[in-house]
Amino acid sequence: MPGRSLLEKIWDQHVIARLSEDTDLLHIDRHLLHDLGGSRGLLDLKSRGLKVHNPELTFATPDHALSTAPGRAGTSKIGMELLAALRVETAASGITLFDVDQPGQGIVHVIGPELGLSLPGATIVCGDSHTCTHGGLGALAFGIGSSELTHVLATQALIQKRPKTLRARFEGRLPLGVTAKDMILALIGHIGAAGGTGYAVEYAGSAIRALPIEGRLTICNLSIELGAKMGMVAPDETTFEFLRGRPYAPQGEMWDLAVKAWRELPSDPDAVFDREVVIDVEKIIPQVTWGISPEHVVGVDGVIPDPKAVDDPARRAAIETALEYMGLQGGAPIAGTPIDWVFIGSCTNSRLSDLRAAAEVARGRKVAAGVRAWVVPGSENVKREAVAEGLDKIFIEAGFEWREPGCSMCLAANGEVVGPGQRSVSTSNRNFVGRQGPRARTHLASPASAAASAIAGAIADVRMMGR
Amino acid sequence: MPKPFDKLTATAAPIMRSNIDTDVIIRIERLVGNGIRGTLGKWAFGSLRYLPDGSENPDFILNREPYRDAEILVTGPNFGCGSSREGAVWSLQERGIRAIIGSGFGDIFFANCFQNGILPIIIDKAMVDQLAADIEATQGAGKVSIDLEAQTIVSPSGARHSFEIDPRRREGLLKGLDEVALTLQRDDEIHAFQTADRTARPWIHSTRTPASRTSA
Ligand code: SF4
Repeated sequence: MPGRSLLEKIWDQHVIARLSEDTDLLHIDRHLLHDLGGSRGLLDLKSRGLKVHNPELTFATPDHALSTAPGRAGTSKIGMELLAALRVETAASGITLFDVDQPGQGIVHVIGPELGLSLPGATIVCGDSHTCTHGGLGALAFGIGSSELTHVLATQALIQKRPKTLRARFEGRLPLGVTAKDMILALIGHIGAAGGTGYAVEYAGSAIRALPIEGRLTICNLSIELGAKMGMVAPDETTFEFLRGRPYAPQGEMWDLAVKAWRELPSDPDAVFDREVVIDVEKIIPQVTWGISPEHVVGVDGVIPDPKAVDDPARRAAIETALEYMGLQGGAPIAGTPIDWVFIGSCTNSRLSDLRAAAEVARGRKVAAGVRAWVVPGSENVKREAVAEGLDKIFIEAGFEWREPGCSMCLAANGEVVGPGQRSVSTSNRNFVGRQGPRARTHLASPASAAASAIAGAIADVRMMGR
Repeated sequence: MPKPFDKLTATAAPIMRSNIDTDVIIRIERLVGNGIRGTLGKWAFGSLRYLPDGSENPDFILNREPYRDAEILVTGPNFGCGSSREGAVWSLQERGIRAIIGSGFGDIFFANCFQNGILPIIIDKAMVDQLAADIEATQGAGKVSIDLEAQTIVSPSGARHSFEIDPRRREGLLKGLDEVALTLQRDDEIHAFQTADRTARPWIHSTRTPASRTSA
């Protein structure tokens, strides 16, 4: 029998019942709720006359519908209602809520790892597709829909089909100015936005081992943009060091027990994957998207694809549609494209290391005239730590706006939008049509690239900034 | 509880662009709030269906006869990728869509369809393209028939395609089963699992004693 992969080991540990050859009833270890769907799920459960099966395994925080303006000014009436409902329903069910202005509040995918709620080997779900983020700690984490959310509330279990496995190995040493965000965008460019559909992706290789946890979380975050609802990195010493002492991480003897179990999780050397991809990271340069799918990505020193040079009619039409929406010319260099907005934030890139990288570029410089640049920390704790380090001052002096933690302009659910026809460089994860507002044009990039672009007033190569 | 699905003969609309994400199917601001069910049908594909001034875009297929009444969508690769928002499925359902035929779907969207009694069918891309061409050849007048029990699709040209679907999912759709109720029948097994797991992995279950502070 061949060895087992990380996915298979975690999966097997969670099977409550085998429902068919490839479908199991899995135990769910952590269920995270947010303001957009949390109270709806709890109310749905109530209307069925059911109770939350395991409130102690369920945690909630508001992030999506909350304004990130100072003082939360501008949160919509519906956003306030959702927040009120989340408070009432979590309290009634005995679910811990990390509320506004409290340590612990933040984007669900930032707070899970930060609080030590997300652990290696755990199954973690949330009604949000970027739940794959938590896989950076060696968890089996994935997004679910509203019906599945109700199912988990009612049963603490979920019916899941065993996915195929894909191992993406990043090998080599990351060049200067190139980040985790660039690694994963390069992979998406390489295998496409549906390249991972039906798979659980394990990220491996020397470049992944060398990444700190926050970089691994960024990589796993974009698994869903690869089409894969699960992405994971095997836990190692870096993982254990990250988790040690976090509020919800195990303590004392229990910590030792847990680490012992976690050491057994990495894929066996002879584990077999349904698909393998190898990426040479030394060839990666900072990435930026030019179109309306994360797979529409080029190196920042590259050119926008020219539809006239493409033979396949379907591909040509797709490029034409994207360029028309984006207001770009095929064949032109992507760098130097003037921008209106910069957004540094989202569950992809709003952790302390992301803010440090952006601040490093911004320090002593000025945001270009005509550009509005926002920095939105991922959580209350990230905000406090950044302030303690003086990052907020660096940003404010450089002309960035420093905001309250939340999802903000990543999804434009609370009036925080990029205007029609305006162009933004964003550290988030989706450059979809209208994602940052009706007819908004989004270019995805790393925090360092986004900061460099804010200073330049145009899409910029951070490697040219001389730091 | 989802409505059962067995057979359907209906107008089908090809929407063949690749990577139509769930943000395009339904914009987020339509989904903010707890009372949104029943309000979403007119916002499905909003950015494609309406011009910036709010009027209907006459070029968009679902604004044209006879496609306006389509109950089946024929879609390009990776339809429903992106966000997990089940509102995407609700908006299609409220728009009258009951089945979607494509070469591949976003994983979460695919699962959400079954939860709402919508049948997503995966067939080869060449077959999808042929089906779309057959529909367009009749200007949409030719209907498409789907038989879930027999797992077949009949195109307006008379061509018959078979498809495969997970037997559990098929049964669930045919009978309109409620998964929550089914799983709760196994509650003893869930409790037995948790009891054993509390010994095997106590750190998963003892979440009520976080270190005194919640700041990291
Ligand atoms: S930051 Fe964006 S992608 Fe992440 S959870 Fe919030 S809305 Fe979703």
